[in-house]
Amino acid sequence: MFTGEPAQWMWEGFCTTMQISTISLICAMILGVIICVLRMTPFKPFQWFSLAFTEFFRNTPLLVQIFFWYNASYFVIPKVINDWMNDLYYWFPGPFSLFGHQFVGEWMLFNVELFMGIIALTVYTSAFIAEEIRAGIFSIPKNQLEASRAVGLSFLQGYRYVILPQALRIVIPPLISQALNLIKNSSLVMVLGVTDLMYQATQIESYHAMPFEAFTVALLIYLAISLVVSFCITMYNKHFMIQVMY
Amino acid sequence: MHWDIALGNLDYFLYGTTTLDWQFPFIHKPEGLVASVILAFFGIFGAFWIGMAAGLMRMSKRWWVKIPAVCYIEVIRGMPLLLLIFWFYYLAPVITGQTMPAFTTTMFCFMVFTGAYVGEIVRAGVKALPRGQMEAARSTGLSHAQAMKLVILPQALRNMIPSFVNQFVSLTKDTSLAAILGVIELTRTGIQVDNREMVASFEIWITIACLYFLVCYVLTSYSRRLEAQLSRYQARDR
Repeated sequence: MFTGEPAQWMWEGFCTTMQISTISLICAMILGVIICVLRMTPFKPFQWFSLAFTEFFRNTPLLVQIFFWYNASYFVIPKVINDWMNDLYYWFPGPFSLFGHQFVGEWMLFNVELFMGIIALTVYTSAFIAEEIRAGIFSIPKNQLEASRAVGLSFLQGYRYVILPQALRIVIPPLISQALNLIKNSSLVMVLGVTDLMYQATQIESYHAMPFEAFTVALLIYLAISLVVSFCITMYNKHFMIQVMY
Repeated sequence: MHWDIALGNLDYFLYGTTTLDWQFPFIHKPEGLVASVILAFFGIFGAFWIGMAAGLMRMSKRWWVKIPAVCYIEVIRGMPLLLLIFWFYYLAPVITGQTMPAFTTTMFCFMVFTGAYVGEIVRAGVKALPRGQMEAARSTGLSHAQAMKLVILPQALRNMIPSFVNQFVSLTKDTSLAAILGVIELTRTGIQVDNREMVASFEIWITIACLYFLVCYVLTSYSRRLEAQLSRYQARDR
């Protein structure tokens, strides 16, 4: 299990899992902040949009969303993008090689499974992240903002110097646990055939007939990740949560 | 668009081959949404008792009671549900010596998996009560177990109800993972119909998502209302 082919497969699976998680975590952060900002603008349609977005994606299973993005989105997204994803490319530069282009001879193949898996994870996680950030900002009493306005700060300055420094301290532990959830949820992209850790474990199970060894190693890797992260949260809480003022 | 295909299969999505009669399990061959709801319901029912035991054990002062509960909760919370399902799927025949249906396997997994989360909810609920409640109960002459049973838990459980409902929602979403083992619940029916029809993927998956959304959103709104109602009766520290 720890030597030769299985070990190499597990290592590749671990790398893929971390790659998927990292990319979708970064994208989900950006999307989550955008959704949260839209929710707080006074313009009603923006609020409705972001409310519908968070409620819909939080209340449907990730597996269904993955199937939706992979199987069903083909029928609604424009033909240009479909062609772009399904064609072979001679050379494709830049950050898109992150999405796992595979080399077929001297051609490169766009990895649609990985791409759609990342999109599904991003959208699903961003709905949760938007809610966490909003809850963090709302947990700061409103009179802090009023007080900062009374002192002479502008609205944005009030957010920049008074609200956000306090809100971010509250928001960071739940955000880290969302990142942890994301790493665990990323095991679901194996249903599309993305070769992540879980997929490689099932692969070893069927190829080498070692179900318990394979799943135990997968479990230990997931457990190690989550224990490290929850240790970080505990240390963070010890150091910084005292400074939050109400 | 092919909405007629999605709507034509709506009965299959909702109940499939489920039949009702007075023979013992009463519901035979559950499929579709019915199977999902059954999985979620029995899952949360088992998880409640497992979680109650684990949460109370974790708060114990004796290390030989505390350590197993801590290990159980931390290990389960650190692993993906999919991994647990696969593990049980291969482990169950080794332990019991006979094959176990995928439906039973997944239901057992949901109990064990959600039990860890419910354990944390129970612990948080008991910790959230002011210390004075326990001290007052002890000073009136109740033993620790009696105080727990008669004073702490009735209050704590009431405060935990919204979290339980939220956990139920997340379990309802997690039942979709049973599809990977081939249990014919809502997601699996979606995969089957999608593979058969091939042209109506968009409509089918939107229908499936909306069915899940209906169930989960009703429960979420209910838990928000409960939270607003129950917060008035909470014992506070001041």
